[in-house]
Amino acid sequence: MSFLQGIAASDGIAIAKAFRLETHHFSIEKKRVRDSEEEKKRFHDALFSAKGELEMIRDYADEELGTNQAAILDAQLLVLADPELIIAVEEKITHLHVNAEFAIMEETDRFINMLESVDNIYLRERAADIRDITNRIQSHLLGIPIHNPSMIAEEVIIISDDLTPSHTAQLNSQLVKGFVTNIGGKTSHSAILARSMNIPAVVGAKTAFQDIENGDCIILDGNKGLVHINPTPEVIAEYEKLQQLEKQNQSNLDWLIQEKTVSGDGHAFSVVGNIGSVDEAREVIRKGGEGIGLFRTEFLFMEKKRLPLEDEQFEAYKTVLQAMEGKPVIVRTIDIGGDKELPYLHLSKEMNPFLGFRGIRFCLGEQTILRTQLRALLRASAFGNLKIMFPMVAVIEEFRQGKAMFEEEKRKLVEEGITVGNIELGMMVEIPSTALMVESFAKEADFFSIGTNDLIQYTLAADRMNEQVSYLYQPYHPAILRLIKRVIDYAHQEGKWVSICGDMAENKVAIPLLVGMGLDEFSVHSSSIINTRAHIRDLRMQDIQHMIDKVLNLPNAAEVEQVLENFLNKSD
Amino acid sequence: MIEKEFTVISDTGIHARPATQLVQAAGRFTSDVQLEYKGRKVNLKSIMGVMSLAVGKGANIKISTEGNDQEAAMEHLQQMLSKEGLAE
Repeated sequence: MSFLQGIAASDGIAIAKAFRLETHHFSIEKKRVRDSEEEKKRFHDALFSAKGELEMIRDYADEELGTNQAAILDAQLLVLADPELIIAVEEKITHLHVNAEFAIMEETDRFINMLESVDNIYLRERAADIRDITNRIQSHLLGIPIHNPSMIAEEVIIISDDLTPSHTAQLNSQLVKGFVTNIGGKTSHSAILARSMNIPAVVGAKTAFQDIENGDCIILDGNKGLVHINPTPEVIAEYEKLQQLEKQNQSNLDWLIQEKTVSGDGHAFSVVGNIGSVDEAREVIRKGGEGIGLFRTEFLFMEKKRLPLEDEQFEAYKTVLQAMEGKPVIVRTIDIGGDKELPYLHLSKEMNPFLGFRGIRFCLGEQTILRTQLRALLRASAFGNLKIMFPMVAVIEEFRQGKAMFEEEKRKLVEEGITVGNIELGMMVEIPSTALMVESFAKEADFFSIGTNDLIQYTLAADRMNEQVSYLYQPYHPAILRLIKRVIDYAHQEGKWVSICGDMAENKVAIPLLVGMGLDEFSVHSSSIINTRAHIRDLRMQDIQHMIDKVLNLPNAAEVEQVLENFLNKSD
Repeated sequence: MIEKEFTVISDTGIHARPATQLVQAAGRFTSDVQLEYKGRKVNLKSIMGVMSLAVGKGANIKISTEGNDQEAAMEHLQQMLSKEGLAE
């Protein structure tokens, strides 16, 4: 046994087999085969073993994910038994003496191209199915298992160099019990993803991908950032006990799901969820969220190789709004750029992507993308309580331009006779300039959502992906706290409200301070809703308010943290 | 051979789930089962064939069965189409 120390990125404990995630691109060569009977047998053997594998995945999906997910796999199973496909491939092998791999590729490529050329979203999704199943057949022919996360058929812990946002669309949250990545920090995408999936993760484990083999038994301690490789039975038993204990603690708080978020001295707050996909909205409801404080819409743009259509977006927004049954939903318009790339847009590489063409800057440059999204949102607004916010606003002109586009699209839709709801329009506060100019913004925006992860990165000028400067990622730094307090105070003066949708909103040490400052809304991962609510209910605003000035005047983060820790220990 | 015409009433046409259901149903019979739409005829036992027709809502389709169990096959398919709200 051995262990690795990484960065604790998402709480919890997982025990499962390792699954090394690598991406394979099969390059198929055309070969001439002498014995076409033998080649046909290879083809049928591959179909047979692919079928066995897929049936296993299908049965699991049916049990764990519901029939919708399983139905997709049903269609793929039918492809493996498709008489037309089988005959066409067999004929190619018999008459043209080509290898099975090549014959399959030719047949399915032709078909995929045909499906993709039709202007119909259902058919284009089917093209992805055909590609998926073709890859599976090829992997059996070539004897190379494909490390495709959607192929995972058992509970695993994913071990990879890094997880990119585009990987994640394929991950099955029922089977993936945790992540270990070589690179990344507490706020890298794999970490955020793990927290939103409510599974433990350790990032920045440096050599995990090299040290861990497929099938190794792994204990992932997301609380301490530890990865145990093939641990002894004693260690496993110890962790199983811990796991059990965590579960119990969680269920002791379950009664809070239906309760309101009120501090011990009667001040009302709200705890809402951050989501990055349609399915997560239901999880927020299940965990007692009072709404959605941040709906990241990038997934809509990442799951396909093209921009999503207005109708596709409309359906996604409508589904979330309906699932939330009238509770507020804040949708953030697309925040592409920085480290979130869209290959199909062919944007040029930037030297400094976090300071570059991203967020609303990108949207104001590529206006049709934002306009399409705004139209889809406006149309969906009739189905619930929608609020919209723009990311990465630096100067007031950007907010004004975005707002003008919004008003223009709204007018057009109303003229077309479409019902549009009453929508509050707000903005993210991620850039120090907006926090410093919030007095002006508060006259024009309906609400503010502070993205603390980026605000910290930009205020302390520390790239959050760079481990060498990770010591500067200091949420308790007085500079950050002063900016947050400014935003809350000036917004309240204008009768506007403020939310925090970064990690600080669920940080046990920071919450008392935010309660004392009068933050209106805490937007957290669904897994943290209950804990955040429980914590706020234990606090009394009046006990905290008097210490805020003192805290803001401390010289550094360490001393702030000390004061806050002392306060927490006293109240425990 | 038996032939019957239908009009597709399902909002999503015969693309995703319905296509799977139809092909699964047709595969249970030994008869040849064909689906015709806009003058193109495909094997209803072939999922890729059915997908390639891109049958949308409101489409007029023709199903034909031919073989030992042609009556049973047609009856079963017809029942399925109406029970699942796919076509009438």
